[in-house]
Amino acid sequence: MVTLVLPRLAARAERRFQRAAAVAGRNVAAARHVGYWWVLVSGFFEPVLYLLSIGLGVGALIKGFTLPDGRTVSYAAFVAPAMLAASAMNGALAETTMNMFGKMKYMRLYDGVLATPVQPFEVALGELMWALVRGSIYSVAFLGIMVGMGLTSTGWAIAAFPATVIVGFAFGGMGMAIATYVRSWQDFDYIMVVQFAMFLFSGTFAPVDSYAWFMRIVVEVTPLYHGVQLLRGLATGALGWGLLGHVAYLIALASVGLVIAGRRMGVLLYK
Amino acid sequence: MSAAEPLITARDLVKRFGDFTAVAGIDVDVHAGEAFGFLGPNGAGKSSTMRMIGCVSAPSGGTLRILGMDPVRDGSAIRARLGVCPQQDSLDPELTVRENLTVYARYFGISRKVARQRADELIEFVQLTERAGDTVEPLSGGMKRRLTIARALVNDPAIVLLDEPTTGLDPQARHLVWERLFQLKQRGVTLVLTTHYMDEAEQLCDRLVVMDGGKIVAEGSPRQLIDRYSTREVVELRFSEATLDSYVGKLESIGERLELLPDRILLYADDGDAAVAAVGNRDLRPSSVLVRRSTLEDVFLHLTGRTLVD
Repeated sequence: MVTLVLPRLAARAERRFQRAAAVAGRNVAAARHVGYWWVLVSGFFEPVLYLLSIGLGVGALIKGFTLPDGRTVSYAAFVAPAMLAASAMNGALAETTMNMFGKMKYMRLYDGVLATPVQPFEVALGELMWALVRGSIYSVAFLGIMVGMGLTSTGWAIAAFPATVIVGFAFGGMGMAIATYVRSWQDFDYIMVVQFAMFLFSGTFAPVDSYAWFMRIVVEVTPLYHGVQLLRGLATGALGWGLLGHVAYLIALASVGLVIAGRRMGVLLYK
Repeated sequence: MSAAEPLITARDLVKRFGDFTAVAGIDVDVHAGEAFGFLGPNGAGKSSTMRMIGCVSAPSGGTLRILGMDPVRDGSAIRARLGVCPQQDSLDPELTVRENLTVYARYFGISRKVARQRADELIEFVQLTERAGDTVEPLSGGMKRRLTIARALVNDPAIVLLDEPTTGLDPQARHLVWERLFQLKQRGVTLVLTTHYMDEAEQLCDRLVVMDGGKIVAEGSPRQLIDRYSTREVVELRFSEATLDSYVGKLESIGERLELLPDRILLYADDGDAAVAAVGNRDLRPSSVLVRRSTLEDVFLHLTGRTLVD
C-alpha cells in the first residue's frame, strides 16, 4: 500500500512544485525587461541609507552596546542585522502585496494562469518563490556591505543568509494573504503604517527591554521582532535556543499566510 | 471514455450568483470534432456556461462532465486538455508576444524546448511573426485576439473554448480570426464558442444552441434552425412615415409571418420576390425594399421577439 501511495504523492508534489516554478519563471521573464531592475535596486538602497545615517551617524554618539551575553559591540553592529531583517521584510511585502494585488485586480494575470492546470495555491507558492529570490538578492548585497564594514564576520554572514530567506518567507506568505483582502490602492496606506511602525519599534534601533511591559508584549507578537532577534543573534554570533523559537514563529506565519492566500485566491478568481 | 461518448455533457446545469440565476438548467452535448456554438444576446448566460466548462467556476446545480471527468474534482486535469480564449484578453502585458506563449506553455508542464518550438509555429499560424519580439501592449485588438487564440493552442488541446472570439474587432480582423478558426475546425479540433453575431455562428458552427435568459430556447444546425423557425427568404420594408403600426394591417396575409421592428417591417416568405409583388399590388410604397435569405437573427427574433445585438 505504502509503495503504491508514496510514489503517487511524490509525483503529485513534484507536479505542484513544477507549476509553482512556472509561475515564478514568469516573473523572471518579466524582470528581464528593463524597468523592473530599477525597482529592485531602489528597494535595496533604503535600508543601506538607514544603516549609514543611523547606524553610523547616531552610532558615533553611542559608545558601545552590551549584548545579553555580556559582549560589547558597536551601535552599527547592533542596528545592521535589524536593517537586514527590515530589508527582507520590505522586499517580500512589496513583491507580494502591491505586485500581487496589481496582477490579480488590474493586469488580471491570474485569470489566464488559472485557466491552465495551475491551481491557486501553486500561484501563491510560485509568487512566494519569486519574492524569496528577490529578497535574497537584497540580503546577499546587504550582508556583503556588513562584512565590508566589519559589522559581522564572513562566517556569521553565511550563517545569517538562510535566516534572511526565512524572514522573507514569513513576510511573503503574510503579504500574499493580505493582498487577497485589499480592496483598492488606498488600503496600502494602512499596510505602510503598520510596516513602518514595525520597522521603528521591533527592537530595530533600541533593545525592547527599554520599552514598557505592554509595549514589549505587542512588539514580541509582531513578526519583524522575531526576524530582528534571529538575524541579530546570528550576525553577532550570539547563539541560543531562543533562535529556534523565532524560526518556528516565522515558518508558522509563512505557512498560515500561504494557505490563506491559496484559499482566498480560489474564492476570488473561481467565481 | 469511449469514442462515441460526448466530450462535454451537461444536464440541468445551473449557475447562480447570489439571488441571480445566470444559467437556469441547460442540457448540452458536445461531440469530438464538432464546432459547437452558444448564440445569444449579452446576459444570456453564455459566458457563465463557458466558465463552468473551463473549470474556473463551479456549477451551482445539475451535472457537468468534461472529457469524462468531474470539473470540480478533476479541474486541473481537465484544464490541462483545454484551450481557453476568454472574452477579455488576459495576455501578460509585461511579456513579449513569444514569451506570452512560452511562459504559458510552462504552466502546462511543457518543456522549454518544446515550448519554444510550439511558440514559433503558433506565431506563424496567427501571422504575428514580425511582432514576435514586441511587448503585447502596443498590439491592435485583432493581433491581441490572435495571440490569445495562439496561446489557447499551446498545449495542443482536445477542446478549444472561445468566448466571443471576434467581439470588438474590425471586419478585417474578424475575417482573419474566422479563417484561423476554420482551419482549426478542418484539422478536427473541437471548438466551443459563444457569440452574439449570427454570421459568426452560421460560418463556424456545425451545431448550436440559442440561449436567452439563462435557458436554451432552440437547438440544431444553423440550417435546421432557419428551416424550423423561419422562412427561406425575408423581405425588409422601410417606410418614410414614422408610424409603421398602420402598415401591419395593410400587409396582412402576405408571406407567412410579419415582424414589426422600430425601424422596419420584416415579411417572412418562401418567395421574397412574390411577396414584394404582392406589396406593390396593394399600392403600398415602401421607401426601401430588401429581399434577403433568412439568418439566425430571424430565428432569434422569432423565438424571443428581440434582436440579438441591440
